Amino acid sequence: MLSRHADSLYWLARYVERAENTARLIEAATRLSATPITAEGGRNEWEMAVDGTGTLDLFHQQHAEATQRTVIDYLAFSHANPSSIRNCLDVARANARSVRTALTMDMWETINSGWMETRGVNSPNLTRQELSDFLSRVKELSLRFDGSAYRTMLRNDAYYFLRLGTFIERADFTARVLALKADVLDPNRPSVGGSSDYFQWSWILRSVSALTSYHWVYRDNLKPNLVAEFLILRAEMPRSLVSCYENVTLNLDSLSRDYGRQGASQRKARMLLSQLQDTTLPGLFAIGLKEFLERFILDNANLGNAIAEQYLG
Amino acid sequence: MPAFDEMHGFGQGVRSAYRTIQAWLDSSDPENLKRLQKEAEFLFRRIGITFAVYGDAEAEERIIPFDIVPRVLTGSEWATLSKGLTQRVTALNRFLADVYGAGEIIRAGIVPADLVYQNPAFRPEMVGLKLPHDVYVQIAGIDIIRTDDKDFYVLEDNARTPSGVSYMLENRDVQMRLFPDLFAETRIQPVENYPDELLASLRSLAPASAPAEPTVVLMTPGPLNSAYYEHSFLADKLGVELVEGRDLFVLDEVVYMRTTRGPKRVDVIYRRIDDDFLDPMVFRPDSVLGIPGLISAYRAGNVTLANAVGTGVADDKAIYTYMPEIVRFYLGEEPILKNVPTWRCREPDCLRYVLDHLPELVVKEVQGSGGYGMLVGPKSTKEQIEAFRAKLIADPDGFIAQPTLALSTSPTFVGDGVAPRHIDLRPFVLTGADKVRIVPGGLTRVALKEGSLVVNSSQGGGTKDTWIIADPADGAPPPDGQSQSQSQAGG
Repeated sequence: MLSRHADSLYWLARYVERAENTARLIEAATRLSATPITAEGGRNEWEMAVDGTGTLDLFHQQHAEATQRTVIDYLAFSHANPSSIRNCLDVARANARSVRTALTMDMWETINSGWMETRGVNSPNLTRQELSDFLSRVKELSLRFDGSAYRTMLRNDAYYFLRLGTFIERADFTARVLALKADVLDPNRPSVGGSSDYFQWSWILRSVSALTSYHWVYRDNLKPNLVAEFLILRAEMPRSLVSCYENVTLNLDSLSRDYGRQGASQRKARMLLSQLQDTTLPGLFAIGLKEFLERFILDNANLGNAIAEQYLG
Repeated sequence: MPAFDEMHGFGQGVRSAYRTIQAWLDSSDPENLKRLQKEAEFLFRRIGITFAVYGDAEAEERIIPFDIVPRVLTGSEWATLSKGLTQRVTALNRFLADVYGAGEIIRAGIVPADLVYQNPAFRPEMVGLKLPHDVYVQIAGIDIIRTDDKDFYVLEDNARTPSGVSYMLENRDVQMRLFPDLFAETRIQPVENYPDELLASLRSLAPASAPAEPTVVLMTPGPLNSAYYEHSFLADKLGVELVEGRDLFVLDEVVYMRTTRGPKRVDVIYRRIDDDFLDPMVFRPDSVLGIPGLISAYRAGNVTLANAVGTGVADDKAIYTYMPEIVRFYLGEEPILKNVPTWRCREPDCLRYVLDHLPELVVKEVQGSGGYGMLVGPKSTKEQIEAFRAKLIADPDGFIAQPTLALSTSPTFVGDGVAPRHIDLRPFVLTGADKVRIVPGGLTRVALKEGSLVVNSSQGGGTKDTWIIADPADGAPPPDGQSQSQSQAGG
């Protein structure tokens, strides 16, 4: 396929995934703001939500204070934030439009009608209900897009590039949310005790919609080391780093099989996957959770560059 | 005199072609029709069938209004029309091969040399170039009108990059989705095979140096182009890559596209981009849409362009006036489709007549298109006419004039009910190595404003599904598939 089309598909998937993730971040922050707990160090849940998207500096260039109002506007609607939900959907649709021939009708209609339905929602003065409706629609768009890709697309290079975008973006997001809270997950850290920790841990799981599945897997209360294990090392958790990388590797392997040629991105992805698979929980905390995650975020971004160089140029 | 109506003729009852439509309209609740009209609009928007209007930033994407009342032609009307279209497009191709070759028609004194060689659309790069099977216009859109039930007139030949075929296909789709019962009662010739016919035509004209399975691509100026939706729609239906200039490059006079597997040779380019922007090394040097070196590959015979470069010299409105002679000269036949009588303002006698009769005439720019830059005398104010008069006197060569024709009308759903509105028809004519292919139908455009004669989408026009049905009188089953077996003339 055309390199430009592969590039559009890859970024289309990344932006749809990013829109959904950002919607979940806002929901988690909204929920946390309704609890009586304030985070330590003066950081409130709204600032944390912004940090989860890795754009705190940009936010502070535009707003002095992180409040419900400024953060929701910034994360959901701002044109000055390239990763706001609004911009994600705009870019996703522009990409979809330029690559329409590689999408199925169901996928295009999902993107186009989702974009039309949400483009009118704009005011920072939305009621709670209106905001919640908006966020639900964004999540629904992502789910429908994912589902229609899964159900209607041919399994060829177009599909593989789309999936690569999804999983690279997803891995990035999970790693960022965890890195944000690496300190409260450190089992060696003296516990503040009480419900504060609990809300922090559940915030993490909620942000990646993993709270219920945590209970199914562990049948236990929230424990910081298990939260880390769940989101990094457990292959059955579809948002864990190891699961994302199983999928990244799978799709890159499919590409190289179809094209009859391997390259730097296949090698890099396999290396990252085997590192994740060889890591144990004690090993993770011995390296330092934060260091481990920061390293991963960098490696993940580098893989993205390798894919671009190998296929999308 | 009121215009000829496709349903009611000149008022002597319902014409046979429209009996189904009449029965359907009579039995339909207007509220229900209104709801379905809204639903059609919703469908078009959701599928994303939009177009952009130049200079209108507010409405980056609009939909062309779709009218739910189909336009109907009988099988025998269509048989005449398709014979006439084949004849016309065959003559256009012969003319182009001649003016870029021996120039016999000019030496015979039939078409003036300066109209051809001084024509801005004439491309010296094409002179002496041999194209596969001498086909220049692979895809033509011929605009047809009529004023009674006897003759079809050609209003305009479009031999460059005619658009609108996606509406022909989508209109049918939407019409079938909304009114399945109508299709159960009437046997309507299908149009859905158009992409297959197009692909077959394009492949048949691949260059001799191409492999047995030639690679066809559709080239678009990009998502900002007004017809981008159509480009992506067609590429999808054809199953070919939708490329922009930056996806292609030329190496050793061969065209390649950049793919995820590396460079891939391209053999046929169905280009929806004007000549001027094709190759910055030959045409506009400031164009960033084109492919440097494309024309060198073209001249080397390593790539086919559809349509060929320089076809604009045949569809220009000044050449149009010579079309009856062109048909006779190359084919030795009488033209089946008529030309609208036209005054060539470059000729002093004609100019004098036109200047004296401006309030009753339609005056068009020779190079204009899309309904821009024209004067519709009877619909214009004194000031508009005087302003136009000045333009005309300043550059008589740039204009032609025609009588204001009462284009036929067709029942159209407007506001709260059905009323007649003026229409035209653009069938799409495909020319391949082996034969001319025309799917039975076309794009019917309708001027939605009461009394308006301008059907262009940029000027408030809409579209209709176009039905070719078996002649109702004989009661015989309609011909199978696409074969045009009926041949009796007239209508």
